[in-house]
Amino acid sequence: MSTLTSASAPVRKRRGNLRAKHVAGRVLIYGALLVWAFICLFPIYWTVSTSFKSAVDVTQGHLIPWLDFQPDWKGWRSIGLSPDTILRTSNPRDEFVSRFENSVITSVGASLLALVLGSLAAYGLSRFRYKFGWMRNDDILFFFMSQLILPPVVLALPFLVLYKALVLLDTRFGLILLYTLTVLPIVIWIMRDQFNSIPIELDEAAFVDGLSVWGAFLRIILPLAVPGIAAAFILSLVLCWNEYFFAALLTSTDAKTLPVMVASQTGSQGINWWSMAALSTAAIAPLVLVGIFLERYIVSGLTTGAGK
Amino acid sequence: MQDSIAVTDRGHTKPALRPNLARRRLAGRALIGLASLAGLLILLIQVLHTTGTISAGFANWRPILYVYLVWSVALGIGQVMIHGERGQRALFVLPAVLFTVAVVIFPTLFGFYIASLDWNLSSLEGPHFNGLDNLIALFNDSYYWNALGNMVFYTLAVLAEYAIAFGLALLLNADIRARKFFRVVFLLPLMLSPVAVSWMIGKSLMEYRFGPAATLARALGWDNPAFFAHPWIARVSIDAMDAWVSIPFIMIILLAGLQAMPKEVLEAAKVDGANGWQSFWHVTFPIMLPVSVTVLIIRIIFKLKLADIVINVTAGGPGGATDTVSSFIYRVYRDRSNVGYGTGLAIFYLLLIIVFLTVLLRVTSRWMQKVA
Repeated sequence: MSTLTSASAPVRKRRGNLRAKHVAGRVLIYGALLVWAFICLFPIYWTVSTSFKSAVDVTQGHLIPWLDFQPDWKGWRSIGLSPDTILRTSNPRDEFVSRFENSVITSVGASLLALVLGSLAAYGLSRFRYKFGWMRNDDILFFFMSQLILPPVVLALPFLVLYKALVLLDTRFGLILLYTLTVLPIVIWIMRDQFNSIPIELDEAAFVDGLSVWGAFLRIILPLAVPGIAAAFILSLVLCWNEYFFAALLTSTDAKTLPVMVASQTGSQGINWWSMAALSTAAIAPLVLVGIFLERYIVSGLTTGAGK
Repeated sequence: MQDSIAVTDRGHTKPALRPNLARRRLAGRALIGLASLAGLLILLIQVLHTTGTISAGFANWRPILYVYLVWSVALGIGQVMIHGERGQRALFVLPAVLFTVAVVIFPTLFGFYIASLDWNLSSLEGPHFNGLDNLIALFNDSYYWNALGNMVFYTLAVLAEYAIAFGLALLLNADIRARKFFRVVFLLPLMLSPVAVSWMIGKSLMEYRFGPAATLARALGWDNPAFFAHPWIARVSIDAMDAWVSIPFIMIILLAGLQAMPKEVLEAAKVDGANGWQSFWHVTFPIMLPVSVTVLIIRIIFKLKLADIVINVTAGGPGGATDTVSSFIYRVYRDRSNVGYGTGLAIFYLLLIIVFLTVLLRVTSRWMQKVA
C-alpha cells in the first residue's frame, strides 16, 4: 500500500500510477479466475437446471430458473426421484439404485484391495532393500508403475476370454479385480511417499521394544500413515467410480455400473433431455460432493512427491 | 535366489537352533513343492478335461483361480519358513507381485497368443491360427493408421492444456483471497466421469439446435455451429472436452510445484529489474521445468488411453476423424467381433507406446525430477 507523504509532485504521481497498475492487475487476476470458474461450473449448472425443465424450455434454451422458466419435477419424476415419486415403487429408480450400488461396491472393494496390497508393497519398498534375481527396489517400483502405461484395450479381450472361462463375467468381483489392477500403481506411489516420510527411528524403536517386523508395521507405522491412506483411498475411489471401458465390455445385467447405465441411455429412444439431465445429475452428484468436501485429500494424493 | 536386507538387522540364530532351522527349511521347501505339484496336477486335469480326453474334471476354470490362491499362500508361508526373518520381509511385496503377475502379465501374454489367431466370437467355429495374417491386415488398415494419426494430434494438444493449466496455477499462486474456493471449483471437472461429461457437454451443451454453446456461437456470427460435422472442428471439440476434465489435474500439480518454489529467487529478479513476463520466462519457468516435464509425461500417458469420450459422443466419427486407437479397437470388438485382429491392433499399439515413451523419457531425462 502506498502512503502519500509530503513528497514532491512527480513522486506522488508515480506512486499513484503504481497504485493504478496494482488495481488493474488485481482486476485482471480476479477476472481471469472468474472466467475459468464460470467455464468449470456452467456445464454442471446447465445439466442441473435442465433436469428441472420441461420440453418447451429445453428447446428455447432458457437458463435461469423462475426467471426464464418454471422449474418442474418432470425430469426427476421420470427416474423416480422427485418428491412425489420417491416413496412409490419405480422401475427406473430401482435400476438406478442397483447400478449405484454396483458402482459403490466395485469402487470401494477395489480401493480397499488396492490399499491392502499397495500399502504392504509400498512399506516393503520403503524399508527394505530387495533383490529378486536381478531386480532391485527401483526395478520393482518400475514394474508396478509401468502398469499405468497399459491401455485398457490390450487387456480387454484377454479378460473377456479369461473371465468367461472363470465364470467371472458380469460379476462385481471380476470388476473389482480389474479395477484394483488399474489403481494399484497409484496407491503404491502415494503410500511409498507416505512411508518414506515416516522416520526409520520409529521402526527401530519398535524393534527394541520387541515387536516383530509385522507388529511394528501394523501397530506403529500404519496409524501414522493415515493421511496417505485417506488420499490414496479417495483418489482410487474417484478413478474406479468413473471407469467406463472395462465396465462396458465386461458387464451386462448383474454388475453394470453407473457410467455404463448413463451411457446406454443415449441410444434407445430420442434424447429425452430432462430425464437424461436428471440421471446425469444424480450420477455426478456423489463425486461432486466428494470433490467439495474431500478436496484436501485429493490434492494431497495428486501432488505426492511434487514438493509439499 | 532371493535376498533382502533389512535396514535394521536382528541378532544371529543360536547354535542350538540349527537342526530346528534345517528342519523348518525343509518343511518350507516341501510345502512349496507340494503346492506347486498339486496345482499343476489340477491344471493338467482341467486341460485334459476341456480337450475331451478324460471325463473327470470341473465344469469351468474357476477352480484354477482357487488353486492359484492356495498356491500363493503356500508360497508365502514357505518363504517365511525357509528364510525366516527375510521371508517375512519378502511377504510385504509378494501379494502385490503375485497379483500383478496374475492379472497383468498373464493376460498380456495370453493377448499375444490371441493376436495370432483369427477368432470371430460370433461365428460358430472356434479360433484358428492365423499367423502373421493379422499383422499384414494391420498394415493395410487405413482406419487404424488414421486413428494413430489422430493420436499425434491429441498428444500435441496436451501442450495447450499445459499452457492453460500453468496460467491457472500462476493465478492461484498469486496473492488472492478465496483461494480455497477457487481451488475447489477448479477441481470439480476432474471429478466427473467422462461418460457424464460426454452427455453434459458433448450432447447437451454443444447440441446443434438448442445447446447454449451453439446459441453462443450463433450470437458470435457462426451460422452453422455443427461442432461434430467437420473433421477438424470435431477433433478440437473432443479435445476441448477432455481438456476441460484434465486441466485441473495438471493445474494442481503445477500449483504444488509453484508453492514449493523459493520466493527469494523471484524477489532477486525483481530487484534486478525484471518485469512480469521476464521474471516468469527466465526464472519461474526454468525452475518449474522438472515438475512440468513430469506432469506432461504423466498426462501424455493418460492421453494415449483416451477412449470414453470419443466412444460416447461421436463413436469415432465423422468418418473416423475423431477416432482414437482405443475407441477404434472398441468398435472392432463390438461390431466385427473379430477379437484376434482387435487384440493384434491393441498389442501393436502397446508396443508403439512403449517405444515412444522410452524415447521420450530418454530425451527428457535431464530435465525430469528424480522419481526415486
